[in-house]
Amino acid sequence: MSVMTMVKAINNALDIKLKEDSTVVIYGEDVGVEGGVFRVTEGLQKKYGVERVFDSPLAESGIVGTALGMAVSGLRPIVELQFEGFTFPAFNQIASNVSRIQNRSRGKFNVPMVIRFPYGGGINALEHHSDSPEALFAHIPGLKVVIPSTPYDAKGLMIAAIESNDPVIFMEPKRIYRAIKQEVPSEKYSLPLGKAKVIQEGSDVTVVAFGALIRECQKAIAMGEEAGISVELIDLRTIYPIDRETIRKSVRKTGRIVVVAEAHESFSVGSELIAIANEEAFLYLEAPPRRVMGFDTIVPLAQGEHYFIIHPDRIFYEIEKTFKF
Amino acid sequence: MIQENLPAIFRDFNPLENKMLSLIDNDGEVVNPKYMPSLNDAIVIEAYKQMLYERIADEMAVSYQRQGRMYTYTPNLGQEAIHIAAGMHIREQDWLVPAFREMGTLLAKGVTMKEMFLFYLGNERGGSFQNANHTLPIAISIGTQLHHATGIGYSVKYRKKDEAVFTFIGDGGTSEGDFSEALNFAGVWQVPVVFTIQNNQYAISVPVRSQTKSINLAVKSVAFGIPGIKVDGNDFFAMYLAYQTAAAHALAGNGPVLIEAFTYRLGAHTTSDDPSKYRKKEEENEWGLTDPLLRLKRYMEKKGIFTIDEKKLTEEYKKEITGQFLDAEKNKAYPYDDVFDHMYTDMPDELKRQKAEYEEFLNWKENRR
Repeated sequence: MSVMTMVKAINNALDIKLKEDSTVVIYGEDVGVEGGVFRVTEGLQKKYGVERVFDSPLAESGIVGTALGMAVSGLRPIVELQFEGFTFPAFNQIASNVSRIQNRSRGKFNVPMVIRFPYGGGINALEHHSDSPEALFAHIPGLKVVIPSTPYDAKGLMIAAIESNDPVIFMEPKRIYRAIKQEVPSEKYSLPLGKAKVIQEGSDVTVVAFGALIRECQKAIAMGEEAGISVELIDLRTIYPIDRETIRKSVRKTGRIVVVAEAHESFSVGSELIAIANEEAFLYLEAPPRRVMGFDTIVPLAQGEHYFIIHPDRIFYEIEKTFKF
Repeated sequence: MIQENLPAIFRDFNPLENKMLSLIDNDGEVVNPKYMPSLNDAIVIEAYKQMLYERIADEMAVSYQRQGRMYTYTPNLGQEAIHIAAGMHIREQDWLVPAFREMGTLLAKGVTMKEMFLFYLGNERGGSFQNANHTLPIAISIGTQLHHATGIGYSVKYRKKDEAVFTFIGDGGTSEGDFSEALNFAGVWQVPVVFTIQNNQYAISVPVRSQTKSINLAVKSVAFGIPGIKVDGNDFFAMYLAYQTAAAHALAGNGPVLIEAFTYRLGAHTTSDDPSKYRKKEEENEWGLTDPLLRLKRYMEKKGIFTIDEKKLTEEYKKEITGQFLDAEKNKAYPYDDVFDHMYTDMPDELKRQKAEYEEFLNWKENRR
């Protein structure tokens, strides 16, 4: 065991897989010499050489497209896209090929690759550095989409993502890259993809969140406890495949659901969760399902970002409203 | 900077000077004996047979589509010399990353006409090329496949395999960002990839002059620091030499090569397209004179090696291809499992649920009758 940030925990997962599997290669912009702009790959090139951990030309479509070529020919590439806002040049490769080659080839070719990138707001960044595009990827058949909320989960989910024979979009909540420190086992372990985690049991309201918002929810839940509201908190951990079973059980128990996420509200993961709540627990509901999510606007730059970012008091406000409905 | 070990044809047919490698003329006369590859007669005869087979299969496919027995098809007419010359240089272990207009090369890799027909009948089982080693499925999304070829090139180099990668794109595709990115990555990584641009003069209706101001397409290699050459794509011998040279260059560890095969799509872009809307009959007729089969045949006749009974062979091929089409037509059925089962290596619960719900509906429908 050692105390790790999420950056360190992901680095540790990559290190373990590089060591035990010679087909794993890592590349992207600045990931080699510099170790990535957030230092997630720091030290790995030195340890494993430039053939396995390297800087690529600055072209996201090329990074993802070439990784697909590697994945169908015996390698397990892990590519970093520098920020979520720069995934769009690669979107054609992801939506047109990465997610489809296995189906197109009737299973002749598998696509064991991981596309990882930091996402989300709250770091006073320039434009294109604060978005939460998980729904865009989760909507594409053929992909798995994973978002960790703690260093421990990040390591276990990353190991599982690398070992998956299907392509995985691994979104890293950059706001908590270094904000949470946690004891993480040094040895290898993996967490199953497609399974949510009940972080805290409760009886009045189900709150579903993921990534950096889990921590904000926990603060809101503490406010709720003071107000006598018992909240069950679910960390989705995998966006797709979504864990319908865990949502169903919880909402049938509490009769209320509040989804908390930073992405734009319309046509979002929140929309999907509420559809699931309605499909699976319609007769159990005691209040309308509620989304606490980003506006359908561009994430404002630093001076206006606090309006957009979801703070614990807003989450508490919505939990209480739902509870009192 | 020009590589020191660059094969001579890349110097002598420098795309910056807009030169084109051409070895025989329309009458089958050798015009450039210095570079004429010394092929034994059997190879030349085999090449003609393969080109003939592709042409017949292609014409039959268009005809089946016209009869309403097959869906949209992408004709190969006039580009056979490229496909067969490439096919003659792709070994069992080499990779083929196709676009969608190189049928002869796919056949050389072991793809059958039954599979091709099945694909154009609308069944992925055909387009997945199960029995063709190291062959990717057809790529419809223009230009994206070049990155896959480059990535495979990296994989091959990393795993120290004796494998080359052959990939194709059209003239229109060279305007896509992926074209430039892939050549750039391949140059930086020095991977064994042979890129072919089949410049058949049109991207559906748009002529090359509307795609680029470059003097030719091979010249685009220069900016990426990789060797490039413009080749007469309707000249089997020129294409043969180009692939022989390019494959040797790539396999020797000297990095990628770009070949512009200068050709003409005698047919339509797809069977949904009417070329008379955007090009003149005179132009088609003029290009018709450069027909790769006619040129090769005239060469062979002059040399006295055209020993093929073309009429008889044509009948044989037609019979065989008809059999493959009927086989495909008989086996085109699509069980609904095929819709779901290949999306993931382990089917997610959500997909299982959707499949189960659909089965319930099917059962309901069945019992209602």
